Amino acid sequence: MAPTTLGPIQRKFAPWDDPSEVPLVRFENVTKRFGDFVAVDNLSIDIYPREFFALLGPSGCGKTTLLRMLAGFEQPTEGRILLDGQDVSKVPPYRRPVNMMFQSYALFPHMTVEANIAFGLKQDRVPKPEIEARVAEMLKLVRLEQFGKRKPHQLSGGQRQRVALARSLAKKPKLLLLDEPLAALDKKLREATQFELTDLQQELGLTFLIVTHDQEEAMTVADRIAVMDHGVMVQVATPAEIYEQPNSRYVADFIGDVNLIEGRVAAIDGARVEIAPSGIDARFEVAEAPDTAVDDTVWLALRPEKIAVSMEPPDDASVNCVSGEVWDIAYLGDLSIYHVRLASGITVKSAQTNVTRLIERPITWEDKVYLSWTRDAGVALIR
Amino acid sequence: MMPDEHAKRTAWGRRLVVAIPYIWLLVFFLAPFAIVFKISFSEVQIAMPPYAPVFGWEEGFAGWLDKFSELSFDNYLWLGQDALYINSYLSSLRIAAVSTFLVLLIGYPIAYGMARAPTQWRPALVMLVILPFWTSFLIRVYAWIGILKKEGLLNQALVGIGLIDEPLTILNTNIAVYIGIVYSYLPFMVLPLYANLEKLDRALIEAALDLGCHPIKAFWTITFPLSLPGVLAGSFLVFIPAVGEFVIPDLLGGSETLMIGKTLWSEFFSNRDWPVSSAVAVLLLLILVIPIVLFQHFQQKQAEKGQ
Ligand SMILES: Nc1ncnc2c1ncn2[C@@H]1O[C@H](COP(=O)(O)OP(=O)(O)O)[C@@H](O)[C@H]1O
Ligand SMILES: [Mg+2]
Repeated sequence: MAPTTLGPIQRKFAPWDDPSEVPLVRFENVTKRFGDFVAVDNLSIDIYPREFFALLGPSGCGKTTLLRMLAGFEQPTEGRILLDGQDVSKVPPYRRPVNMMFQSYALFPHMTVEANIAFGLKQDRVPKPEIEARVAEMLKLVRLEQFGKRKPHQLSGGQRQRVALARSLAKKPKLLLLDEPLAALDKKLREATQFELTDLQQELGLTFLIVTHDQEEAMTVADRIAVMDHGVMVQVATPAEIYEQPNSRYVADFIGDVNLIEGRVAAIDGARVEIAPSGIDARFEVAEAPDTAVDDTVWLALRPEKIAVSMEPPDDASVNCVSGEVWDIAYLGDLSIYHVRLASGITVKSAQTNVTRLIERPITWEDKVYLSWTRDAGVALIR
Repeated sequence: MMPDEHAKRTAWGRRLVVAIPYIWLLVFFLAPFAIVFKISFSEVQIAMPPYAPVFGWEEGFAGWLDKFSELSFDNYLWLGQDALYINSYLSSLRIAAVSTFLVLLIGYPIAYGMARAPTQWRPALVMLVILPFWTSFLIRVYAWIGILKKEGLLNQALVGIGLIDEPLTILNTNIAVYIGIVYSYLPFMVLPLYANLEKLDRALIEAALDLGCHPIKAFWTITFPLSLPGVLAGSFLVFIPAVGEFVIPDLLGGSETLMIGKTLWSEFFSNRDWPVSSAVAVLLLLILVIPIVLFQHFQQKQAEKGQ
């Protein structure tokens, strides 16, 4: 399913494309091992000021470990972490201008909401009236004015999440680390909070580094997404690039729904790369297939919504067109997903928006249909 | 009517299960206490047993009520008149309080270290703390005589390394009593503290550090306040039995050591004054009821909070 928004892409904010920009955070070939186990593997990223950066990957791929190294709770086994150009390896956690919102929230159970939020300011010996003003401001920001005197166990999950957010924002850190901040919330609340987070980040002009295993969440909030797999950074790009130009089957499959068809590069001719799919009697073309040569094995990645379904063959059925039988139809309200079984036994998914309510002769089970797509609909992947 | 009968039987079974601890208390605590309580109102006489019963079992309930009005509190009044008893009580409370504090001081770092040890070591560490219980308490206290006496291990070691010229007199002083109590009661402090500290979420300390708190301050603002339930439980478990301690002051203490357990013993066996020693015991119980009730109250509050 396609994400419903393209997130903040319209902002035309792209410091990563500007060579004169100085990154706020730089991971330089960072590796972290626990014994023999490699949790983070030779990873490099730059994160720029005012960026909302998401680390996306399945559970256990090393996202939390990466955050903990930045916060100072773990030391990299190899490589360096620079914060504002300074190597922070010798800086203890309590001296780093970074605050973290913990996955478990880690609210101090014996302190009131106010005391929790004031905790960081107290450590800096901020004068009392200033602390009080700041706490009130934070409570207002997260809309918990009524709850300042409560203890954490007297709050709901969503309220606790907001206290944790307020506490980590109270010191206005240069960089806020958020470890799956919304994982414990139900879907409705999670979606609402995602938009609040992006608003807050833009309003305060801070840099956010969020960790999540939820691809929709990453797409919604982030300026850029880094997709991780077993401690390795697979791709770093904007949500739209990640979706439209995944660099590997792993990324294509992790973000949204995709059809992956194995094939072989048959010919390369400028802006036309011809692919001979294995086991399918057809000829595919894509606009480009970087780093490939004739005869290389590639996978054609096709998003379901980019494939048209029709009862009649399209005008040019010689390329990017296959035929098959409707095997299954999933009706999702706004969309219908057609599972079409090709003669070779491969199933291809096509998503069609349900724009008209009355179709003269709706496509139904066991119909013979044609699937077709344009040359730039698919991406050829070599990994 | 089968289900009804079944329900009845399980209800009875349940009542029986609930009743067992009460029966236990009745037989092994309340009954002996009633006897001691009864003796505490009688008078000494040279006989066997060495007191004149106030009321016999054969007089029946009416007879008891009769006697009740003319009960003699003489033995209790006597406790107030002789400074020995008051001093013994106060000294016991002081020794128990100081010992509890010392046990806490030593036990806290031990429990903290155990809770921070690698997970796979922890069961072994808990075993080590419990290990001394496998030897008789009496033998372990005797062993301390061998360590603390003039020509004992401690003095030999200290003279051997040249720290002192003359052996120190430790045995038969209050210091030996403190050492004995601290040693004997340490597990009672360490175990509840460990149970508490082990549950403490590491993320809370990390959150404090993350917010700019120095590790030492994080200990005092986060770890210690959150471990107070363990501190209190351990302190009560040490303080309450330490007040009535007899074996340790008797074996390790000297003539200066005044503890109510010792006073009770000499009253009972040397003076053969059963009535007064019974009164001493009853009063000790009354004094200890205060911390016991406090402890109960506190445990209940903790349980409620946990839910
Ligand atoms: N202190 C540690 N000791 C040993 N292994 C660890 C430690 N911390 C994390 N790991 C391992 O590193 C891997 C990555 O963990 P983590 O960064 O928490 O993943 P994520 O946050 O992406 O779910 C996991 O397989 C985890 O078991
Ligand atoms: Mg994690």
